[in-house]
Amino acid sequence: MAEIQESGGGGGGKHSKKRAKKSSTRIDMTPMVDLAFLLLTFFILTSTFNKPKAMDLAFPAKPKPEDQIDKVKANGISILLGENGKVYWYPGALKPETVIEKTNFSNTGLRMIFTNGNSKIIKNMNVLRRDAQKWNYPQVFADSLFKLKSREIKSDKDALVVLIKADEKASYKNVIDVVDELNITDIGKFSIMDMTPEEKAKLDAVK
Amino acid sequence: MPKIKMPKSTPSLDMTPMVDLAFLLVTFFMLTASFRAAEPVVVDTPSSISEKMLPDNYMLISIDKDGKPFFSITNAAVRRKTLEEIGGKYGIKFTEDELKRFGVMTSFGVPVASLKAYINASESQRLAIPSPGIPMDSTDNQLDQWVLIAYKNYQYDLQAKKNDAEAKKEEFDKKKLDLKFAIKADAGAPYVKVKKVIDVFTNREIYQFNMITTMEEKR
Repeated sequence: MAEIQESGGGGGGKHSKKRAKKSSTRIDMTPMVDLAFLLLTFFILTSTFNKPKAMDLAFPAKPKPEDQIDKVKANGISILLGENGKVYWYPGALKPETVIEKTNFSNTGLRMIFTNGNSKIIKNMNVLRRDAQKWNYPQVFADSLFKLKSREIKSDKDALVVLIKADEKASYKNVIDVVDELNITDIGKFSIMDMTPEEKAKLDAVK
Repeated sequence: MPKIKMPKSTPSLDMTPMVDLAFLLVTFFMLTASFRAAEPVVVDTPSSISEKMLPDNYMLISIDKDGKPFFSITNAAVRRKTLEEIGGKYGIKFTEDELKRFGVMTSFGVPVASLKAYINASESQRLAIPSPGIPMDSTDNQLDQWVLIAYKNYQYDLQAKKNDAEAKKEEFDKKKLDLKFAIKADAGAPYVKVKKVIDVFTNREIYQFNMITTMEEKR
């Protein structure tokens, strides 16, 4: 371990006169250093740097499914969430002959549906992201400009509209997972709403 | 060839810079560390790719895996005032000491009737008290009252801060001080229960939420 040399303190060249032997002014720092490192280790191990992350989510005021479905035409899809992470989807408005299709949370499931339906927006967003790296603005300004531009792109009339409908047995995790997929695939137009009785019947029928 | 001389004295190292650095780091970690008080409930949040930090001022509703809601708000002065008002509404008188203790408490999930006993319990005793969640039935919607009164008091507090800043001719950053609504629900919580809590907010015309998630790599 580190030891402090106890030999005489200070200069003392060849020509110096012989003086009365001084006692060393050095003190043994080892216990202090031990303590310092102990504290350091403690604080490093106990501190958690990851402040929780938050995901923005807006909920509709008073959900009126009829209004929504009128708006949802060719570029709208509905996601139905059932128990045990089961997920189904169908495009457009629900008609009696509509068949709901089973999918999953993998890259070939929901991700594929969203990327195919929203390809134009994803392309534009990627262009924006690439451009943004070349911007030479102050950070705050660049951030707000990016936000503004991405909002513009995401509200494009060709953007995919997604309606998320969870039944009473769906878990919160599934809802967040779908919203997360939407964020990954740059879908800004989505709404979380109640399931209609017709959809409930369809979901029960396939189970 | 000359012989290699072995040094006689013990090899010694100047440790001063290392010690300096060690203390610098100790100081840094001590100052940045904020000790987290024990939460009455364990919430295992789902993960998302969101990199947004939780804002500084928020009202937090934790929802455990059975769907029981817990309430908390960041500002201690607002908590005090809220408790005072809630006490008045439900006919329970809280003492000065209880108000003070409530100000520094973390989230809680007990009805108003048993809140007095909960506040007076020590931190370790509190963990033993069962938390049935804050009632939010249509007949006795206490959660709604908490949200409403805490929100109102927060706005008063904000206004007071603004007046104060204006009197001193200081800059007032309203955006930074704005109250956000955070929901920290367990991944396994049934969605209907979460929806019930959200409905409490939407009925009061609050539509924007921060859902607390753990970060996940974008696949």
